[in-house]
Amino acid sequence: MRYVISLGLLLVLLWLALSGVYKPVIFFLGAGSVILVVWLSVRMDVVGVEHNPVLFSWRLAAYWLWLLGQLVKSNLHVSKLVFQIDKVRPRLLTVPVPHQAAVSKVTYGNSVTLTPGTVTLRLTRDRLEAHALDEESARDLEAGHMARKISWLERQAEGES
Amino acid sequence: MMAIFIDILSWVLLITGGAFGVIGGIGLLRFPDFYTRLHASGITDTLCAVLIVFGLMLQSGLSLLTLKMVLILLFLLFTTPTATHALARAAVLDGLEPKLADQPQASPSEEEPPSKP
Repeated sequence: MRYVISLGLLLVLLWLALSGVYKPVIFFLGAGSVILVVWLSVRMDVVGVEHNPVLFSWRLAAYWLWLLGQLVKSNLHVSKLVFQIDKVRPRLLTVPVPHQAAVSKVTYGNSVTLTPGTVTLRLTRDRLEAHALDEESARDLEAGHMARKISWLERQAEGES
Repeated sequence: MMAIFIDILSWVLLITGGAFGVIGGIGLLRFPDFYTRLHASGITDTLCAVLIVFGLMLQSGLSLLTLKMVLILLFLLFTTPTATHALARAAVLDGLEPKLADQPQASPSEEEPPSKP
């Protein structure tokens, strides 16, 4: 129940922020849509600890900032490769996934795909298969900085729940 | 004075964002196979979009619009890797072999038979 209320409150805030039109009829529609979404979420059984946005800590913001830096770095690298086509040396690699929670695993897989130069081909319980554009991108992933950052993110989530 | 400075910064962001979009497009054409092209499209998905949204945020100033653009960026960064992964996974399941650096020399004769059926 606690999670249902926090989800509802968050949706109300989001609606107020996005709407910008504050008239009675619109308020009525907004309340209706929030209730509908909460009801659907309960029916879909997706309301819970794992999906509760209130539990997101400051570490997530820190991770996003770090990821943004990585994005810029790998983007510049791949852009350079666009003009040095002969340096493209694609290869496949497999790295271990050390995380416990499903959310962390998905975050890892998505982050790997998001940084140009590496694309997740397959994510299993404890392995991640990726396609790397060249040796440097592959080594970056194999070094495991990203996996460690997500472990750090995961520890915080465990501490609070 | 400050307004001009912010305007210039915003233009720089928008122009570099556009430039990365073009670079991503060039990469899409130049890279050798499907999987490497995914990386090129990654440029347009990420840095290009991030720079353009930041540039637009500077144009809009601090308002509800800024929040909306932050949300656009957030949704974009959450959904594009999913789409890219879905494409890559579909290609793998369909049996499309990636061109790898380890065997390019021997490839011409080797690659012929599988591509014939």
